[in-house]
Amino acid sequence: MDAFKRVNGILAPLDRANVDTDQIIPKQFLKRIERSGYGPFLFYDWRRGGDFILDKPEYRGATFLVTGPNFGCGSSREHAPWSLLDAGFRAVIAPSFADIFKSNSFRCGLLPVELPETAIRQLVDLAQEQPGTRIMVDLESQRISVDSNSLPRSAGESGWELTFTVDPFYRECLINGWDEIALTLKQEAAIVNYEADRSASLPLVR
Amino acid sequence: MSKTMAQKIWDQHVVASHEGEPDLLYVDLHLVHEVTSPQAFESLRLNGRKVRRPELTVATMDHNVPTRGGREAADEVSQRQMAALEENCRREGIRLYGIGSSRQGIVHVIGPELGLTQPGLLIVCGDSHTSTHGAFGALAFGIGTSEVEHVLATQCLRQRPPKDMAVTIEGELPVGVTAKDVALGIISRTGVDGGRGHVIEYRGSAIRGLSMEGRMTVCNMTIECGARAGMVAPDETTFAYLKGRPNAPTDNLWEEAVANWRTITTDPGAAFDSEVSLEAAELEPYVTWGTNPGQAVSITSRVPEPSNESDLRALTYMALEPGTAIEAISLDRVFIGSCTNARLEDLRSAASIVSGRTVHPKIRAMVVPGSASIKRLAEAEGLDAIFKDAGFEWREAGCSMCLGMNPDILGPGERCASTSNRNFEGRQGRGGRTHLVSPPMAAAAAIAGHLVDVRELLKSPSPSGGGSGWGP
Repeated sequence: MDAFKRVNGILAPLDRANVDTDQIIPKQFLKRIERSGYGPFLFYDWRRGGDFILDKPEYRGATFLVTGPNFGCGSSREHAPWSLLDAGFRAVIAPSFADIFKSNSFRCGLLPVELPETAIRQLVDLAQEQPGTRIMVDLESQRISVDSNSLPRSAGESGWELTFTVDPFYRECLINGWDEIALTLKQEAAIVNYEADRSASLPLVR
Repeated sequence: MSKTMAQKIWDQHVVASHEGEPDLLYVDLHLVHEVTSPQAFESLRLNGRKVRRPELTVATMDHNVPTRGGREAADEVSQRQMAALEENCRREGIRLYGIGSSRQGIVHVIGPELGLTQPGLLIVCGDSHTSTHGAFGALAFGIGTSEVEHVLATQCLRQRPPKDMAVTIEGELPVGVTAKDVALGIISRTGVDGGRGHVIEYRGSAIRGLSMEGRMTVCNMTIECGARAGMVAPDETTFAYLKGRPNAPTDNLWEEAVANWRTITTDPGAAFDSEVSLEAAELEPYVTWGTNPGQAVSITSRVPEPSNESDLRALTYMALEPGTAIEAISLDRVFIGSCTNARLEDLRSAASIVSGRTVHPKIRAMVVPGSASIKRLAEAEGLDAIFKDAGFEWREAGCSMCLGMNPDILGPGERCASTSNRNFEGRQGRGGRTHLVSPPMAAAAAIAGHLVDVRELLKSPSPSGGGSGWGP
């Protein structure tokens, strides 16, 4: 898993609520047994429909996606965050995420950032009105800053900053690029103890 | 301190708990299928790691399998995925119920059927509908491939504790209202993210009155309101279902197990973070009109006016006009199957409607049993003949057209009444339009050629006399 400390890049908007994982990557691409190479299939059906916002040249090479609530609902397929990563995205910014999608994202190196609806609205408007806007997502200080050149004059000269909070454990894992399995294997003694002490009233499946 | 059932099971499975970190939980049963596991096994191998407890892992093939006789994979990529599961299970010593096995079937159907799913267990699977197993009073939730790898390597999983939600339904379900309608009725009220971050415990006399099959349907659909898991406290119905199953405890271990299972209930006075209450009498047969399972209305109502951008988008995709009577919606296909509604009870309730009637000539209808065992049992009682005589296709077990990974898909623009769990855009095939319904509602729609209120058919005895005795 690639570490995530501070990342700078183009912000792309997808102004829709409840984007499910079937839309992020349709099922016909889940037959593959590899972990990489899913980027070309991201939002496949929407892209094939034509006139899809992420296909605009200004959003080419985007690093961040700002979108609506409950992003990633539905199927548990980790192919969804894999396809976003493979297409170059490093973080998704939304008012909320479906639980399994959020959990999958942390574990494969895609940062899910939750912000209040009003902040999301501002980011969506900014990305739509000024395509190509670049932002900086700093996981260490848990801040998003928008380049002052991208901002409308009304925002003043100081630029624009938003703060967010990420689960402290997964923040550490992402900043350091840690392998969660390796961390758990260090707790071998606790696992062995649990297996030995396990109450007889909790029958293990045979 | 008073605890909920979910908290009790959680606490019993904590291997390690460190300040600021998610709890490390022990997994009792890990179910595996061909689609979300190959990358996990591959990564395990690349890192030189072994499966810690292969005997606590059980695999089947369901998502990608063909459902036609002969069961040749549709393409080379599908074949490679199934071969990978066979090879991974062989190498790691994991039980596999693959194609050709008399116990093959949808992972959430065979777990309970084999008696693997038991009260009080912590169960995970790389599939969101793992919530199904909560019907037995197990804590069961879906995980991604990285977590599948984590469980294979350590038999543990790191999780933050969920919040608790109670959904209470009191009273008796009206005639024609099934467990599927209970689920759709709840989701239409909570919305598709109303359960996010929660484990839902289903309570009340209407839930207690459901069979295990019905409880599995309700728990299965729990993920569709965004909750992590759904649960029902184990009771006599649960024990009667489990007794004599291949992996259920036997002899004096059985008595011991039942005594323990009886303790898996929420203590009086335990607090829930949120509560939803319904009267069973409020529920009706539901139909989804949009592109998420929360967009459901009664069969007797009309396509609603859009209230936001999402509704508008859904109406456009579904090619529906607000104000259209739901019963006026004409269909092309009917699918009876999936981990939501392909158990014996589901097939019986659909067959009781179909019996002596004929599928409308413009409809292509199919039944896909949830497992090879269910298919055999259904055939033994003649359900296959009822379906086939009426014009249904009768297939082999698998996920089939619920997600359309195999060749069972809708064509662009085709409209389907389906007993599955998701009506997302393109879920059953690119451009396909899905209306989620119960098995008897799907059966009635196949005969009518359009969405129809099954209660009307229940009033008139079926031509063969078999259709009038069926209740909820």
